[in-house]
Amino acid sequence: MAANGMIASVLKKRGAQLQTEWLKELEAAGSGASRGRISSDELSKQTSQFVQLLTAVADSKQADALNSAQGKQLREFLEALIRSRVEQGFSSAETATFIFSFKKPLFQALRVEAGGNAEALAQEIWAATELLDSLGMHTVTAFQRAREELITRQQEEMLELSTPVVKLWDGILALPMIGTLDSARTQVVMESLLQKIVDTGSEMAIIDITGVPTVDTLVAQHLLKTVTALRLMGAECIISGVRPQIAQTIVHLGVDLQGVITKANLADALALALKRGGYKVSHE
Amino acid sequence: MERIPILRMGELLLVTIQVDMQDQMAMRLQDDLTNAISKFGAKGVLIDISALEMVDSFIGRMISDIAGMARILDATTVLVGMQPAVAITLVELGLSLPGIATALNVERGMALLRRKV
Repeated sequence: MAANGMIASVLKKRGAQLQTEWLKELEAAGSGASRGRISSDELSKQTSQFVQLLTAVADSKQADALNSAQGKQLREFLEALIRSRVEQGFSSAETATFIFSFKKPLFQALRVEAGGNAEALAQEIWAATELLDSLGMHTVTAFQRAREELITRQQEEMLELSTPVVKLWDGILALPMIGTLDSARTQVVMESLLQKIVDTGSEMAIIDITGVPTVDTLVAQHLLKTVTALRLMGAECIISGVRPQIAQTIVHLGVDLQGVITKANLADALALALKRGGYKVSHE
Repeated sequence: MERIPILRMGELLLVTIQVDMQDQMAMRLQDDLTNAISKFGAKGVLIDISALEMVDSFIGRMISDIAGMARILDATTVLVGMQPAVAITLVELGLSLPGIATALNVERGMALLRRKV
């Protein structure tokens, strides 16, 4: 990009001035420090670093400036910046504004630099637009990726939270299930329950489905699989918390729950489990 | 070739699978075990698979077959110590091993077998 010559010299000569104007632009666009999400110290540090890195990129004079070593540095800097923006609660438009608001001060500086040479100015502005646009696109992509990472992480955390295996009595485990069951969750539930059975040497497991809003054939299938796996390992399983509507659904769907012990509530299931374990509950 | 030892305890037979089973080994175990049952007149067989970490459909089928053969020879089979991963795999393969008694460990399996025999 031979046309980058002027951009580089402008950035070098007027870097500090450009940065000040840029900060004003950011403020005007509502992405500045005045909203309290980001400190002005931090913002000015970020902008000066960006100007510095951009200068290096413009200075590199390579055909594909963004893929050079300097370009890579700039992209990495942007990615780190975007991750912090995501955490500070900026929207994707506000994040992209960070790049695009640099256009105005840069173009003005280019105009001053070019003097009256309209052709050179047009060429320089085109080159600058191309550079900043591709950076802007990169910002949006990176923003989206950072958001997706955040969502995935939260999903995983929820998955871990939602499958506690509790010990009710010596040799009796319970698994209260809450929320809709899908394949991924059932897999986690199944694995954690089976592992706990091995760890504690319990012979009884109660799966409580009071908190499961609907049971369809897939959920029923998952439950049956869990029960079968438990049986294979030598433990017994009771399904409790079957609500009347769910009982109706299961029969209407034609799901065969024969061979599976079901109870209407957790208390009944615990009573049965205690009885099987040879315990007697008495009341004085 | 390695073979899986079959231990005799009175009228019960104890088989512990300590290595990852190869198909050939499984075939041989089937042979050895049926012979041992008829030779000793065993009434119960306890198979410990706690060291088995991987199964495929062939091995799953083999375990099921062994139990079936033992039943015909009038011996009860109890399968003990199945690992969670193995249980999940067998269920996913559709091998729920109906009719085979299971227990968590050898101790409980023995107690169960003695009650049954």
